Amino acid sequence: MSTEPPSITRDEVAHLARLARLTVSENELDVFAGQLGDILNAVAKVSEVAGADIPPTSHALPLTNVFREDVVRPGLTQEQALSGAPKSEDGRFAVPRILGEEA
Amino acid sequence: MTTNTVDLVDYDEVLEKFDPVMGLEVHVELHTNTKMFCGCPTTFGGEPNTQVCPTCLGLPGALPVVNKIGVESAIRIGLALNCEIAEWCRFARKNYFYPDQPKNFQTSQYDEPIAFNGYLDVELDDGEIFRVEIERAHMEEDTGKSLHVGGADGRIHGADYSLLDYNRAGVPLIEIVTKTIEGTGERAPEVARAYVTALRDLLRALDVSDVRMDQGSMRCDVNLSLMPKGATVFGTRSETKNVNSLRSVERAVRYEMSRHAGVLLSGGSVVQETRHFDESDGSTRSGRLKETSEDYRYFPEPDLVPVAPSREWVEELRGTLPELPWQMRNRVQKEWNLSDAELRDLVNAGALDLIAATVKAGAPSGEARSWWVAYLTQQANTQGVDLADLAITPAQVARVIALVAAGDLTNKLARQVVDGVLAGEGEPDAVVESRGLKVVSDDGALLAAIDEALAAQPDVADKIRDGKVAAAGAIVGAVMKTTKGQADAKRVRELIIQRCS
Repeated sequence: MSTEPPSITRDEVAHLARLARLTVSENELDVFAGQLGDILNAVAKVSEVAGADIPPTSHALPLTNVFREDVVRPGLTQEQALSGAPKSEDGRFAVPRILGEEA
Repeated sequence: MTTNTVDLVDYDEVLEKFDPVMGLEVHVELHTNTKMFCGCPTTFGGEPNTQVCPTCLGLPGALPVVNKIGVESAIRIGLALNCEIAEWCRFARKNYFYPDQPKNFQTSQYDEPIAFNGYLDVELDDGEIFRVEIERAHMEEDTGKSLHVGGADGRIHGADYSLLDYNRAGVPLIEIVTKTIEGTGERAPEVARAYVTALRDLLRALDVSDVRMDQGSMRCDVNLSLMPKGATVFGTRSETKNVNSLRSVERAVRYEMSRHAGVLLSGGSVVQETRHFDESDGSTRSGRLKETSEDYRYFPEPDLVPVAPSREWVEELRGTLPELPWQMRNRVQKEWNLSDAELRDLVNAGALDLIAATVKAGAPSGEARSWWVAYLTQQANTQGVDLADLAITPAQVARVIALVAAGDLTNKLARQVVDGVLAGEGEPDAVVESRGLKVVSDDGALLAAIDEALAAQPDVADKIRDGKVAAAGAIVGAVMKTTKGQADAKRVRELIIQRCS
């Protein structure tokens, strides 16, 4: 566990912005780098009180193996499914073209 | 758009200078009734967006619940691949922005796969066994299907917009990843193909998936790099996605070996990227630059609790493993008294499992073998499909064999029944009925035909009466003609001799 206060660089913010498909201005890069650094610092306080004997929590409930039987349940109709879509065509969701990427 | 301008290097030259290193990732869709995290049906080919709900559409507030059969299938696959099964593991979110997952993440597993550290022994065409080590098998979900509208060829480049169908989004997937495969030399393409074939047969025996590569229920990604001879550091790899037939797996490995060598020998460096396989000419073309795993910002899925399979449950599942393909092969080799070469021929022809299933359905092994390797193989070759993809099941073949054994069909009629089944006319009995193929076993009808034939050829009749039994052949032929081949020639012969004695 590092004792250095976490920080985030301008380049890292730019990279995160690209991953999140957000346009961030030059000025905002500096602002967000500072703000995200503050958030990381705040969260890092948890490490100060949790010793090595405390496992990280990923779920609030101490449960395991919550399963569902493999039985079909009714879902939505096509009309219901598409009702919130800004645009649809031929029963499908229409989305803007994706540039520079391919699945 | 990039084009393939690189020089391909002759395969022998590639092998003189480099050693191939492979990694294979196979995605297999489970054939559960419902999706991995919701109760939507998983059937193939439904109208778009009719097998969806708030969970698989990623609507706010919807919560996932894990499909128990999905977990059981993952554990059974892990056990069959000789893997260790995690005592405790979690799902993770793999974050990415692409509209094939409306949640903007795929629920997957990251550093805690349910199964890990296994192996699969793969038999090559000449009988040599090559052990492929398995890194992991983990649970995840499939994506929706995109349709790109506009542009020249339906691909994303130049498309105006895309249309999404989420019926497939959330269908349970198991991703099976090999460790690095080294030491194959010139047999790299063959090893890749043999591994995917063995895996397909294994998954089919486990009855966890349809394993139809042509329908996308089993897909293979090929990672490949080259190392100069004598080097100890791996080269940069490319990942060729969605290679969707066994033959394509082999071709993709071969092509990438020649392409990488071309890049390296001309002084260039291989770009780490995703590539797409082109079925038409066996080439690959550049796709997106590969994101690193940090870019996916994996974190434990907060909406699902951990999966902690008890050792009792794992052992119970181990008890449900069926006879696995290699065990079956050993058994039938002994039972049917086959030489290694005979067994290998049946395996390579894709006939062994089908014959075994036909025997299991009640047919004697000799007849079952003869049908699959002779008549049915001919039909498959004519149709240009794999034997396993013929429109006839082992149970139907067994039924035809039983009808012949009972004297209801001659071999000739049986072939017509099989033709009918292949043509989609239904079960063997229905084809016998609708085509009127039953053997004429009514002695009265046969005797009438015999008398007619004897009267028409009195000289032949005299010869038979004089004890020249061989002459009966002409009468048998005439009777077979009047009964349109639907008589049992042996019985006809017996009746002729009785009649003339």
